Amino acid sequence: MTLFRTIVLLAALVGFGAGVVLTVVQQFGTQPLIVKAEVFEQARSEASAPKPHDHEPSGAHDHLAASAADVAAAEAHEHGGGDEWAPADGAERFLWTLAANVVSGVGFALLLVAASELKGGLTSWREGLFWGLAGFAVFTLAPSIGLPPEAPGVEGAPLMDRQVWWIGTAVATAAGLALLAYGRSALAALGAIVLIAAPHVIGAPQATEAPAIPRDLEHDFVVAVTVTGFVFWAAIGVLAGALRGRFAAA
Amino acid sequence: MTDLTRSPTRAGALSAARALPIVCAFLLGVFVIGGTGFAQMAAAHNAAHDHRHSIGFPCH
Repeated sequence: MTLFRTIVLLAALVGFGAGVVLTVVQQFGTQPLIVKAEVFEQARSEASAPKPHDHEPSGAHDHLAASAADVAAAEAHEHGGGDEWAPADGAERFLWTLAANVVSGVGFALLLVAASELKGGLTSWREGLFWGLAGFAVFTLAPSIGLPPEAPGVEGAPLMDRQVWWIGTAVATAAGLALLAYGRSALAALGAIVLIAAPHVIGAPQATEAPAIPRDLEHDFVVAVTVTGFVFWAAIGVLAGALRGRFAAA
Repeated sequence: MTDLTRSPTRAGALSAARALPIVCAFLLGVFVIGGTGFAQMAAAHNAAHDHRHSIGFPCH
């Protein structure tokens, strides 16, 4: 199982690097939007729940102008509304996000490195970059066609339905791209087109509720996630392609 | 560590001896992503919340 160990070690290095890159991009791209959107999410959940105390006698709550109190309330907000543990804001929340980014980076790097080993392994950072772009198409672009990245406050269809569609779309797109790249017949190309189009013909589960956040914030969030995903996948591909040679030479 | 050395031809790159560890590594990746991106336990969700939103996973 030396090959297994080597893939895992390479993926661990790649995932750590890509996770750190993701964290940096995220702090400037998606994170400020998540925090902003949580203010609206919180405002809506407060509006639908009985208030313990009413500090707004006029009742004219301005959803567009977030007061400092709103921000504080949103930051203290826990999803699910129960007593579940959630990281405290500040360093703890940042460190858990960093950890999730790195662990997820290792997971995606395992997929990319393993898949490329099936084809004989990456030979350069440039080849790795192309694999990274395929990863971006499979895990960012394709699912976001039917399920645009949701900021907090954007309610979707039942979570399980969306997860099933999301995973199914990623699998079908990956299989389609592999057929396109390595299939040798017109039939394979036709199969690839069907596989890539099928999830969108079937259609993603759609939300019944309008989002709680303004449209431009929703739009900015989709752009931020797409760019973040692009940088993340480029980093995974380039690092995997660049580092793989060192392992092969060792 | 010599297993990674490229086979003489691309077509010969995949033998049964290579396929098993590759598939195992792939499945490990699926398992890891399932944990950070899709596990519905409240604690897992809250810890990975900002990560899930930033990467476009369906979150809540």
